[in-house]
Amino acid sequence: MIRRLRSALVPYALALPAGLWLAIFFVAPMIVMLSVALETGNLISGFTLTWHFATFWQAIDLYHVQFIRSFVYGLVTTVLTIVIGYPVAYWIAFRGGRRKSTYLLLILLPFFVSFVIRTVSWQFLLADNGILLGHLKAWHLVSQNFHVLATSFAVVLGLTYNFLPFMILPIYVGLERVDESLLDAAADLYSSKREAFLRVVLPLSVPGVFAGVLLTFVPAVSDYVNAQILGGTSTTMIGNIIETVYLENNQYPTAAALSFVLLAALLIGIFAYARALGTEDVFEAAAA
Amino acid sequence: MLGTAIELVGVAKDYGARAGDAPAVERVDLAIGAGEFFSLLGPSGCGKTTTLRMIAGFEEPTSGRILLYGKDVVGVPPHHRDVNLVFQSYALFPHMNVYDNVAFGLRRRHVAKDEIDARVRRILHLVGLEGKERSRPRELSGGQQQRVALARAVVNEPRALLLDEPLGALDLKLRQAMQLELKRIQREVGITFVYVTHDQGEALTMSDRIAVMNHGRVEQLGTPREIYETPATRFVAGFIGTSNLLTAKVERVDGRVAVLGSSADERLVVVARRAVEPGDVVELTVRPEKITLSAERPEPGSCALRGRVTDVVYLGTSTSFTVRTSAGADIVAHRQNLSTSPAAIGEGSDVWISWDDDHSYALDRVEP
Repeated sequence: MIRRLRSALVPYALALPAGLWLAIFFVAPMIVMLSVALETGNLISGFTLTWHFATFWQAIDLYHVQFIRSFVYGLVTTVLTIVIGYPVAYWIAFRGGRRKSTYLLLILLPFFVSFVIRTVSWQFLLADNGILLGHLKAWHLVSQNFHVLATSFAVVLGLTYNFLPFMILPIYVGLERVDESLLDAAADLYSSKREAFLRVVLPLSVPGVFAGVLLTFVPAVSDYVNAQILGGTSTTMIGNIIETVYLENNQYPTAAALSFVLLAALLIGIFAYARALGTEDVFEAAAA
Repeated sequence: MLGTAIELVGVAKDYGARAGDAPAVERVDLAIGAGEFFSLLGPSGCGKTTTLRMIAGFEEPTSGRILLYGKDVVGVPPHHRDVNLVFQSYALFPHMNVYDNVAFGLRRRHVAKDEIDARVRRILHLVGLEGKERSRPRELSGGQQQRVALARAVVNEPRALLLDEPLGALDLKLRQAMQLELKRIQREVGITFVYVTHDQGEALTMSDRIAVMNHGRVEQLGTPREIYETPATRFVAGFIGTSNLLTAKVERVDGRVAVLGSSADERLVVVARRAVEPGDVVELTVRPEKITLSAERPEPGSCALRGRVTDVVYLGTSTSFTVRTSAGADIVAHRQNLSTSPAAIGEGSDVWISWDDDHSYALDRVEP
């Protein structure tokens, strides 16, 4: 009896450390954030929990433009990182030869420098009279009031640049695992190089792309550094709004509500994406 | 034989990676008959897999021609060659189930859906995998994966099926079962099989003809019986089964028989396959199972040497005796264990070893 009880409890005991970790670092902050969102008041008179759910609707109503913009930027960034990153990962995995690690190091090298500093460097590069535009303007190749900074292009460029390695690395890992004899087998079974890629390599690399999309899309949507440094008033993302509302306006409930909505939207998006592109189903589709 | 399926004319492959490296395939000339079960047998690095990959189109020969039913296919990419390869690692597509793996080639060739279905089901029946259509390769045992690999190639009804050590990853019992199975399948589909292996037992069991390869060349080409009974070179004699090698100088030539040494009681002769003169050095082989051991001198008229037993090893169906001859050569003889009691001849016994004159065989050339 006691033995049976003990064996029934063992799995829970083993799950305890991970469960505690999640409870302390994920569930507790969520509850705190949710409760802050439901408070009303101000910095001087203090905040009290009043179960004021309307904060959510007010926050969404007020900032839905920035919400939508963030998701659009995130989406465009993700697509661009796939378009640029996939060929790079493919080339390193299949054509890299003995220099694979060198190429991977080259991709990671910029990461030895801080995120903010790298983004500020882009600000220099793209400045209205910086090294690039300054020369173009001097040679009258572009008009004098042409600018790149403070446009959506600059922000998406910064996001794409900053998150590209997060796309390349998981795709590379996925491609690296593809046994090259499978390519021989496809060629032997009447597939041209193109068909072999579409029927064998691409489906087998889907899990890598899947991971890359998660690693890129989520932080890109909630990013505020790129919009801050490279963007302008028309490119404000939801991350910038949360920062301002929290740190400058000190409207803690609104900031918490915005964070919560962003988190929920991302989670719903990820689950929908995982359902639609569940790896097993992708394989089935590719085989047909 | 119904004509020639595959012909290799002066085929050589030199990767030329480092100067001084021997070419992978030095020169191979072969004609493989239609419907034949043909084996390329040799140790690793002998060029057998390179030869096979050149027929499949994954490697192009440095020189020479490869003819598939009379048509030169050098330069034709693999997907346009009407041959299929069974890979050593199987190379099954992990993201597809058994059915889709087997149907892959037919779909690429745009065969009608109904016909694909009929052919895939027929071939899965042939290899005994009905009911596994929806399984993924990783859910199958090694033997089952091997069958899928075979089915995936055979279903295309290629003009020749190339097999690269397909049974190498299986354990002994399964390998022996699959050897018979492969032979059965080959008979049923009637496709030319070109089979690469380093396992001489496997090659002897299954092949119609064997090409024994070494250092990028074919050392000997013949039926399993020819290869085994009449090895042309020391390499073939040593690689196929156990073989005794004796080197001796010709004393005189009696018609077609070279007498190599005979004292008052010993006698060593060999049927000369080429012109020899007294004084020539000849190397001859005798298979261990052809040798008779006896305590007394055997009847005259056969080769007979005197020796002392230095080692006795019990092998189950037979016992292996190592005998040091008076001339100093070590000769291995096998004797069937017809009775259950231990052999009367033990280590240290003085014995006679003898064999029929026809059972010793002179090699084509004497190697240093």
